[in-house]
Amino acid sequence: MTNIVLLLILLINFYALGTARLVAGIRAVALQGALLALLPPLAHGLHGHTLFLTLVSLSLKGLLIPWLLQRAIREVRIRREIEPLIGYVPTLILGTLVTVGSFLFSDFLPLAPEHYRSLFIPAALATLFSGFLLLMTRRKAITQVLGYLIMENGIFIFAVLLAEAMPLTVEAGVLLDLLVATFVMGIVMNQINREFAALSTRSLTALKE
Amino acid sequence: MLGSVLLHLLVLLLFAPLLLGVITKTKAAFAGRVGAPLLLPYYDLARLWRKGFVLSQTTSWVFLAGPAVGLVVPLLAALLLPLGPLAAPLSFRGDLILFVYLFALGRFFTATAALDTGSSFEGMGAAREVSFSCLAEPTLFFVLLALARCGNSLTLNGMLGGHLAALWASTTGAALALLVVCLLVLLLVENSRIPFDDPNTHLELTMVHEVMVLDHSGPALALIHYGAALKLMVLGALIVRLLLPFETGQLALDLTFFLVGLLLLAVVVGVIESTMARLRLPRVPQVLVGTSLLSLFALVLILR
Repeated sequence: MTNIVLLLILLINFYALGTARLVAGIRAVALQGALLALLPPLAHGLHGHTLFLTLVSLSLKGLLIPWLLQRAIREVRIRREIEPLIGYVPTLILGTLVTVGSFLFSDFLPLAPEHYRSLFIPAALATLFSGFLLLMTRRKAITQVLGYLIMENGIFIFAVLLAEAMPLTVEAGVLLDLLVATFVMGIVMNQINREFAALSTRSLTALKE
Repeated sequence: MLGSVLLHLLVLLLFAPLLLGVITKTKAAFAGRVGAPLLLPYYDLARLWRKGFVLSQTTSWVFLAGPAVGLVVPLLAALLLPLGPLAAPLSFRGDLILFVYLFALGRFFTATAALDTGSSFEGMGAAREVSFSCLAEPTLFFVLLALARCGNSLTLNGMLGGHLAALWASTTGAALALLVVCLLVLLLVENSRIPFDDPNTHLELTMVHEVMVLDHSGPALALIHYGAALKLMVLGALIVRLLLPFETGQLALDLTFFLVGLLLLAVVVGVIESTMARLRLPRVPQVLVGTSLLSLFALVLILR
């Protein structure tokens, strides 16, 4: 069951890398967040701590942040990423290479014996790198936020492995950081849009005359 | 040996056109129509077979070889593939490569027959068909390699044996599900169905496969349609066998189970065709590359 959830998360990575439509991308990331929320109880059994993690990550990653993003793109009226730095097919190929690479790499890591050959570590690494790839290859601020969210999801998968050892406050802090970051990005997006009438971060690198 | 070959071919030849009928019926049901009778593909074949033949003077023997090869190739490929409980009559190490390239041979002859007419329109169709299929080929290879690794065997018979039922329950089940998805996409591409190509379209700009057979008439067209139905059934048999590898031991019961599985697959194809729009032409290679990557990913999951 855990493996199927992790596999779906990996497939969503591919989908997010390959899609041009922003709404579809946001929905994919929301679904990924909701699937992530299933992981703590599946990995550690159902009790107070895991239930709390599930509820918080479901409401934040699955509902609140996607809702904020949806609202942001409704305000700035954009539908799709027009010109990525690297095309969709090359990004997909890179994404697969990265995923395969993280599968090979995780076999060499000195892991605790109960984590050996589990899908957790490779899935976490692959999600991390896919998010990074999305962050690097797209120009629109909103897709970059999506990349950032996927990256954070990868870190979350790692954290689930440690959910027993990690105090609740650390996790709460991470989730709060994420929410604040999304807020800030939303404001930045609005500002970029107001200044340049487009949501491309490329305009930010040009010098003022 | 001869008996099993005959039984294999008989099942294939008799059953294949019914799948097309089921697809049409499903699409009609979605559109709220009664639809053509289920057995219409059979009547169509019989009608075409009785008709006359028009041959352009610019064509050579290649033009007639296209439909003939198109019919023979799925028959040969079917002999290498187990049809549900019926084990493949021909089986040797590495027959999966022959299986893949038999289809490539059929495609080569269809494309050359289209080019043989000298029509630039048919040349365009041939170019599209060939470029799609060269993107689809890696998927089939990755899927077959993954299955070969699962079954520890290089024959299609061994790969699609009874061990699959146990594999579905184990952790490899998720990877097998990915393989099924890849094969389904492959089935739609290879048989030129929506969302990759529309077998019913006659709008010049959007035709892919249908363009290539425009100049064929009468019995030659019947051969092409029959060949297409057989191809659908052969590739469908691969999916159904992978998806429902359960056997009770009674041949008649298992065979019925398998054929019902094929009919369900035809219904699924019909549902996909009624609920999806056609992809834009530049999107098709993108989707096909994505499918290849998916199958590669499934292979990595199985290999580790």
